[in-house]
Amino acid sequence: MLRFIVKRLLWMVPSLIVVSFLAFVLIQLPPGDFVTTYIATLAASNEVVDQNTAADLRARFGLDRPMIVQYFKWISGIVLRGDFGLSFEWQQPVSDLIWERMALTLVLTFSTLLATWGIALPIGVFSAVKKYSIGDYVVTFFSFLGLAIPSFLLALVLMYVAAVEFGQEVGGLFSEQYLTAPWSIGKVIDLLQHLWIPVIILAVSGTASLIRVMRANMLDELNRPYVTTARAKGLSEFHLLVKYPVRLALNPFISTISWLLPNLVSGSIIVAIVLSLPTAGPLLLQSLMSQDMYLAGAFVLLICALTLIGSLISDILLALVDPRIRLE
Amino acid sequence: MTDTALSSVDSKRLAVASQWQLVWWAFRRHHLAMAGLVVTAFLYIIAIAPGFFAINDPSQQNARAAFHPPQVIHFIDRAADGSWSFRPFIHPSVFKRDPQTLSAIYSEDKTRKNYVRFFGEGYEYKLFGLFSTTTHLIASENKAQPIFLLGTDRLGRCVFSRIIQGTQISLSVGLVGVLLSLTIGILLGGISGYYGGRIDFAVQRVIEFVLSLPSIPIWLALSAALPQDWPATLNYFMITLILSLTGWAQLARVVRGRFLSLRTEEFVTAARLDGASEGRVIFRHMLPSFASHIIASISLAIPAMILAETSLSFLGLGLQPPTISWGVLLREAQNIRSIATAPWLFAPGVAVVVAVIALNFLGDGLRDAADPYNK
Repeated sequence: MLRFIVKRLLWMVPSLIVVSFLAFVLIQLPPGDFVTTYIATLAASNEVVDQNTAADLRARFGLDRPMIVQYFKWISGIVLRGDFGLSFEWQQPVSDLIWERMALTLVLTFSTLLATWGIALPIGVFSAVKKYSIGDYVVTFFSFLGLAIPSFLLALVLMYVAAVEFGQEVGGLFSEQYLTAPWSIGKVIDLLQHLWIPVIILAVSGTASLIRVMRANMLDELNRPYVTTARAKGLSEFHLLVKYPVRLALNPFISTISWLLPNLVSGSIIVAIVLSLPTAGPLLLQSLMSQDMYLAGAFVLLICALTLIGSLISDILLALVDPRIRLE
Repeated sequence: MTDTALSSVDSKRLAVASQWQLVWWAFRRHHLAMAGLVVTAFLYIIAIAPGFFAINDPSQQNARAAFHPPQVIHFIDRAADGSWSFRPFIHPSVFKRDPQTLSAIYSEDKTRKNYVRFFGEGYEYKLFGLFSTTTHLIASENKAQPIFLLGTDRLGRCVFSRIIQGTQISLSVGLVGVLLSLTIGILLGGISGYYGGRIDFAVQRVIEFVLSLPSIPIWLALSAALPQDWPATLNYFMITLILSLTGWAQLARVVRGRFLSLRTEEFVTAARLDGASEGRVIFRHMLPSFASHIIASISLAIPAMILAETSLSFLGLGLQPPTISWGVLLREAQNIRSIATAPWLFAPGVAVVVAVIALNFLGDGLRDAADPYNK
């Protein structure tokens, strides 16, 4: 077991290196660099920058070096000092801008994961046990619908209904008085009161596919001899379900983290932009639009790294739950 | 092939049926999938000739008809003397301004009728991009009175016609993107599954890595790097390329699994012993035996591509106006004020949902039908 975890942890290292390189390439992709943009802004305010100054600036930021050297400077700053560089647009260190947003993104994603499981598990079991009943058809219909509705569209429709029917603004994660306030118990409660709307929106599509998986798995297990044995021994139908087939069918819930997580993160970015949540999404989009590439790069790097870590945790959990995995 | 699966079919016909026939018979019994097939076929017919199905020129602006609400077609035409005939018409609307808020108010003028004509004359367009014609499926008899079946947007452009026009781009993005990812997927998945061993191990790690990345941030960053001044077609191909960069992994995994299981089959060994070249073994012997499965995977990958394009264009980083796609159209519905005044701007979203559901049903049915072990 320990060997499996260590091996899996070691595999993480090359993945993280590739992710960091990927994020850096994305930073470098647009034509021009930090200094060209900087000079352009200065020129806009009638300040003339001659070629020497530009070269000096490039030397100071290390932009005249080959790309691989720049990459090492960037990544060593992050790893050794937690320094993500300077946001051009905000004139602030990137690390000042991202942490709270990343934390809220994490809270949002994690709550969505829990909500997805909480909804999908009972419905999937119900749908399998009452196979081909009206309830099953209704569930099947809605899960196909849930798969087909893009989450941002759902967010828009919800915003529309809230605004037109209830005259309420949906959006944000905090009430006005808590927006800039330091963290307190009141702020956490306020967050929870706002959090459920994006969580529900995001959970819909994940729930839909998970219900399908859970239903298929339960159907495989329900006809097994051990279920018949348990029933013959006089176990109540509910106990029997929870004790045997559900436990076996639970495996996909853990193994789905690794593909549910990237989807959730992707979905949460778009929904966050529509609902203007103070998470990574809107700032990432804004930084990409204004070519504030260090900020964007930090977001891409952190989001991808978090997803990788999430799938690592899911693999380890799965190995803990299912002894067959370790044998591979 | 199991014969229990198709006991209803005459066993003589079953014995000589080709694989495709068997798949088709199994598919036909799947009602939802058949419905999906019909809707998908209908949508792709629209995508081939959007000009014919559109009513008004999709880029025609109309300052006098901004945020015009949808108009209802009445089918039974009652004359003053009480007799009636089947002749579809709409009541033209009258434009007024609210004296206080200055917002536009449209009201139906019940006294006048504007008849709807099938195969009538409308704006000029190019059929299949080749022939110039003015014939449309639905046209207004009175050219000065356009028909807005789904209302207009803030510039007075016909939402219905724009959705029809957008079908072309939105559905073809799915096809082209899937074709691209299929090429990469078959190549890498095939190599991985056919050779096995170390190559397989390396390709597997790459696939796992790609699958574990959240796609949206990467798409966003990549499409933000595209120059804004590129021509529309180049932009379109770059966007589909970006979408397929992450889409290929799923297909590669399917192809690899099939190759792995087929590699040890007798007919493959026989072909190899016969001295067939590797290319011939792969393309002549192995590929046909899992082609149906691949097609099913494709039809499940297309809706994912459509959703991806819609999301990207909605955020303003995908296709750019004047290109018309469903995602571009949904940008109009981005702020709460415009959808509060014009809820019909959601209509492109309905089109997306219908297309994705139809393709999902089709793909699900195909997958079941293509699986020889499915009971």
